[in-house]
Amino acid sequence: MAGKVRPVQQWPSPWPYDFPVAGAATEAKDKVDRLAVKDPAPPLPVTRRAVFASTIVGWGAFATAGGLGTLGTVRFLFPNVNFEPPQEFQTAPKTTFGAEAVDESWKESHGVWMVNTEGKLLAISTVCTHLGCTPNWLTGEKKFKCPCHGSGYYINGVNFEGPTPRPLERFRVYEDPITGNVVVDKNVKCQPEQGTCEGPDYFLPTA
Amino acid sequence: MLKKVSDYLRGTQVWKSIFRHGPPTTARNRAMVMLANVFLHLHPVRARSSGIRLSFTWCMGGLTFFLFLVEAVTGILLMFYYRPVAASAYTDIMALREDVPLGIMREIHRWGAHLMVITVWLHMFRVFMTGSYKPPREFNWGIGVVLLVLTLLLSFTGYLLPWDQLAIWAVTVGTNMARAHPVIGHEGPLEGILKFEDVDFVTSGNDIRYALLAGRFVGEATLLRFYVLHCIAVPVMAMVLMAVHFWRVRKDGGISGPL
Repeated sequence: MAGKVRPVQQWPSPWPYDFPVAGAATEAKDKVDRLAVKDPAPPLPVTRRAVFASTIVGWGAFATAGGLGTLGTVRFLFPNVNFEPPQEFQTAPKTTFGAEAVDESWKESHGVWMVNTEGKLLAISTVCTHLGCTPNWLTGEKKFKCPCHGSGYYINGVNFEGPTPRPLERFRVYEDPITGNVVVDKNVKCQPEQGTCEGPDYFLPTA
Repeated sequence: MLKKVSDYLRGTQVWKSIFRHGPPTTARNRAMVMLANVFLHLHPVRARSSGIRLSFTWCMGGLTFFLFLVEAVTGILLMFYYRPVAASAYTDIMALREDVPLGIMREIHRWGAHLMVITVWLHMFRVFMTGSYKPPREFNWGIGVVLLVLTLLLSFTGYLLPWDQLAIWAVTVGTNMARAHPVIGHEGPLEGILKFEDVDFVTSGNDIRYALLAGRFVGEATLLRFYVLHCIAVPVMAMVLMAVHFWRVRKDGGISGPL
């Protein structure tokens, strides 16, 4: 293929760096002349104080709006309604809990074992005090055993093997005077190793 | 012949509208290649040949970025099938393995995530051993530490999505750390300073763990929250910081020379 080959455009390219600028300034000057204010108005009487006050009001409003918006956004992350079971719930009448037995009826739904041992009815948390898994009650071996890391607890929730550093936590229990059921209140908990479970709030005598 | 075609193409308006410089045959045009491209301009125009030796960099930063791209592409593909609700999350994961064509897509995503954690650590190790964190590159080390944390958070949030026993209990155990956060964790130190008489303002129902899980324990709301964090929030943060990270490599004098 003979004939003319289009020259390859080498640097500097015509775009956008070296467009012809001749005439542009003239045009701009015309525009300036056309738009020039012929009879300028007298300057507004703006005082130093007014500028200062409006700055404070302006930035203050801006900061307030921003701050409230940020707080609202943080609050947005905390749901008002969740679909978890209530923290305080009815179980069954005290006499239905057999001696030296663990009732797992409220394990899945509410995270509580109802344990009747040594003449006391206890509401024991199903959260392992090692790292928060749920142990299993092994009837034959008479112990709670955590599948995650092997922590073991006696029937009364006191730890005896594995990595856990302390006993299972317990919740407040009381008898509802109307229904006669034992009520568990998970809002109030106690920790046996700190001696906070001694009070009458944390067990019901069954003997 | 080939030259004429290429010369013709380079002369067209379409070509010139995309590439504002000539072919990279001169030093100036080579520099222009880097400067006129939004992706390449993050990189240094020049690098020491000693600095880009594989035995010096191990290419660990580049491999980490490559793995991030793999994760982004496979992750978007997985999103076409996965629904982050308790009723279908686990079965969708099973379907991705058993029913969906190319059932290793999820495994690529998973192995890529493991590899990315490894390459990030090795990159950090290389940068430390070559002294590349020293002035003027201290700020970029800081950015890199945040990117390391984001990489670990990506792995952690993705951990929950299969919604099996391992996922739920691993995230239960992991988020229990948030209970012990000072002041805003309900079992942490100084938790009591936000207490008025008998009214405790930091409880299991409003502390930082509650915000993270959207509940007192790992539930369906947690699954959705971790899904959004995994697919949107953390990747966007990582992408912004990666751009800063690469750009600062250039601004801080390119890849460091051997000691």
